[in-house]
Amino acid sequence: MRAFFILLARNRLALAGGVVLALVVTLALVTPLLPLANPDVTDTSNRFRPIFSEGALLGTDHLGRDLLSRLLWGTRLSLAVGFAAAIFAASIGAAIGIIAGFYGGRTDNVIMRGVDMLMAFPYILLALAIVAALGPGLFNALIAVSAVNVPFFARNIRGITVGIAHKEFVDAARLAGLSNTRIILSEILPNVVPVIVIAMSTTIGWMILETAGLSFLGLGSQPPQADLGSMLGEARSALITNPHTSVVPGVMILVIVMSINLLGDGVRDALDPRLKSGALTRPMAATLVDRQGPVPEPTGKGLLEVQGLKTEFHVKDRIYRAVGGVDLHVEKGECLGIIGESGSGKSVTALSLMGLVASPPGVITAGAAHYDGEDLIGAPYPRLRDMRGRNVAYIFQDPLATLHPLYRVGDQLIEAIRAHRPISRAEGRAKAVELLEAVRIPNPEQRVSDYPHEMSGGMRQRIGIAMALANDPDIIIADEPTTALDVTVQAQVLTILDDLRRSRGLAIVFITHDFGVVAQLCDRVAVMYAGRIVEEGTTAEILDFPRHPYTARLMACVPELGGGKRRLEAIPGLPPVVDRLPPGCAFAERCLKARPDCRKGEIPLEPLGRRRIRCLYPEDESREVAQ
Amino acid sequence: MSDALKLTDVSKTFPVGRKLFGAPKGQVRAVHPLTLSVRQGETLGIVGESGCGKSTLARMLVGLLEPTTGRIEIDGEALDNADPAVFGKRIQYVFQDPISSLNPRKTIRQVMEAPLKHLYRMGADERRKRIAEIFASVNLREEFLDRYPHEFSGGQAQRIGIARALAAKAKILILDEPVSALDVSVQAQVLNLLADLKREFDLTYLFISHDLAVVEAVSDRIAVLYFGAVVELGPAEEIFANPRHPYTRLLAQSAPVVGRPLTAPEAKGTELPDPLNPPPGCAFAARCPRATDRCRKQVPKLDSGHASSVACFHPLDEG
Repeated sequence: MRAFFILLARNRLALAGGVVLALVVTLALVTPLLPLANPDVTDTSNRFRPIFSEGALLGTDHLGRDLLSRLLWGTRLSLAVGFAAAIFAASIGAAIGIIAGFYGGRTDNVIMRGVDMLMAFPYILLALAIVAALGPGLFNALIAVSAVNVPFFARNIRGITVGIAHKEFVDAARLAGLSNTRIILSEILPNVVPVIVIAMSTTIGWMILETAGLSFLGLGSQPPQADLGSMLGEARSALITNPHTSVVPGVMILVIVMSINLLGDGVRDALDPRLKSGALTRPMAATLVDRQGPVPEPTGKGLLEVQGLKTEFHVKDRIYRAVGGVDLHVEKGECLGIIGESGSGKSVTALSLMGLVASPPGVITAGAAHYDGEDLIGAPYPRLRDMRGRNVAYIFQDPLATLHPLYRVGDQLIEAIRAHRPISRAEGRAKAVELLEAVRIPNPEQRVSDYPHEMSGGMRQRIGIAMALANDPDIIIADEPTTALDVTVQAQVLTILDDLRRSRGLAIVFITHDFGVVAQLCDRVAVMYAGRIVEEGTTAEILDFPRHPYTARLMACVPELGGGKRRLEAIPGLPPVVDRLPPGCAFAERCLKARPDCRKGEIPLEPLGRRRIRCLYPEDESREVAQ
Repeated sequence: MSDALKLTDVSKTFPVGRKLFGAPKGQVRAVHPLTLSVRQGETLGIVGESGCGKSTLARMLVGLLEPTTGRIEIDGEALDNADPAVFGKRIQYVFQDPISSLNPRKTIRQVMEAPLKHLYRMGADERRKRIAEIFASVNLREEFLDRYPHEFSGGQAQRIGIARALAAKAKILILDEPVSALDVSVQAQVLNLLADLKREFDLTYLFISHDLAVVEAVSDRIAVLYFGAVVELGPAEEIFANPRHPYTRLLAQSAPVVGRPLTAPEAKGTELPDPLNPPPGCAFAARCPRATDRCRKQVPKLDSGHASSVACFHPLDEG
């Protein structure tokens, strides 16, 4: 709640709106206590007195009534009706929306078609029809304005409810014996309330305006009772001769509606979870680079050489060191595996190379990535853009999220090619078919004009690979490309990648958490923990004799097919959070062999035989490992 | 040993292309009539790829979905009204995504109290005692009770999910991919916890997963599902080591194993049959190297006789 107010106050316009609205509401609340003239007493001898005249600060109207008094009483009434209408509309609309969304099926269909019919009428016409049927009067105007706004709430809330009703916690509540009514009240409603508040905050102003409109037409408040709309209506005939009678209520309506809308927008922005998470902020085209120390010189190791790469996320006053100094290299035709748990920094490392980490909040603070002698970190954006896809291409985990749902896969492939070289459509199509053949999609001639949703998950991931191959890159970075796939499909995708690298001499950086996949595909493997490499070497050597305790324990955790029913070796505890890394070895907390000096100072990644390892007391090679 | 859970010809059909009035356009059979029993104290593993009907089956078993045909018996008593409140005391569900199975706006205490309040009408003191007991058995600290779900890691949230299932005093737990959203180091912690709880409370598990190695490590028997039907059912130590159904063999060969070279075990397409237009015979026939005309015309029945039962006209042990 406090965070909400801080966020709201940071928005200057919303704050101003809030202050003005608070002022108006306070005035309206204390009106009965103020020494004001009776707003309804007529005094025709003093009609149309100008502003600032004696005894009538804002003048008088056509019947000689005190305008200031009428304005304050009218504001009081208009605000009350507006808020009441908003609350009515919100509660009825939300109830309808929740019921439709929760029960779904036929109930939903019937209710929502009814709501659609209501929405088909222009709202002012509908309000007029309702008032015409019920008769004029402020209360009937209130009913009309509420009824007109119910569909807006019903549709909004239904959409949200449908999403929540299929969440697992609703099923869990059912299994805990809750009835449908209870589920609606205790599981659905608390999750919908913020949306109701947002919808209300953005519509109250509108409803005050609609009520004023009905009163202006003489269908709302009846004389002599004043509200802002009827004051305007009565002043209309004297608009030219005595403009102040119209200007006074007009300015008040403007002030109220403006302040409510500004505040409402602020409330919406502060409550919207997407805005809070920063999902709606546009990231920069390339990751921000802010290197403090000297840039490492290339040593000529491999096609791609990463040295001392550090990537941080600066969120408010916290610094998350996602990648804390990574050294890697990959040769032509080689497959390098990066293995680690979630949060170990493996994906951020891969994304940093081509400046694909979202900034803000990502910042690359140190290191270099030399591709063929050229440093990619800090390369100007046009150069990076030119190299993305042409020299270094990516394959991501979820092909459904990376393919555009509205374009045919062939067109998307052609677009990827055209981004780098101009080719004709026919040529592009031929190339696209060729690419689909390369990833062994059956009937490529027909499949090329399929939409992504017409393909299975395995097929879509092949399209992802085809797209990565489109410009004959030298390096492919594959970020868990088979994690979302079934095992039989995974085996096929891995085979395709393996064949491609052999036939085209591709270098592959393969990010995964699966030792089985690493064993089958990768030549070398780097194990990451808390943003750093803890062990690196050839796959065979590391899988046969893991020497870092973390690698050994992690491998022992994973059940292997053919092992039979058994108890697994678990690693107690959790990986450290990367904004509070302990000094020394990050794994020391969970390590059985940790000694006091493991928790002190920097532990370097040092060569040990043919591998590199970041540990003071590595596992003994003679020991039988993993058990 | 008695059967904790017995299914007789349970199936589920979903209508597709529903209209406002009138009959739906077509039907999709998510689970074909299935007969299965789980013994008291056993862990039955269920494996299959996405779209094979494992989640539909699980939801029917806890009463979240009503079966189209068939009968579900728990401890010899038929439960066919699909009322989760009745099922809830006997059989509970542990969800795949630990975070989304907890209401973000409720404290853990409120989550834990719900089954005690609504299934057992316990008083406040009794509830506090029971929650303390359960939390101790899943190794969670009681100070967690007043926090909200977003403050927990996946592994902790999954422990809370398990604690909630235990609170209902159900003897049977349906574990729907309980560790697939967790990191491997945490996965082992949760699997071991499940094994301990099973011994302590004499529970029966139905363990659903797509990860063959995990299922093999925790199960007594394993059922392999393909296209909504059980194609093979057998002892865990046998089923992947000596598969009898060609699909089981395909699964076992596809799983990446350290020390086995990479081979694509299948050249033919991997597409599942169209559920709106299912093939007349064996659903696997189109992908099967051993398929004959008979396979394409007739649906094989699940046949016992060996240690394992198999639904195949040409099982692999028959040359």
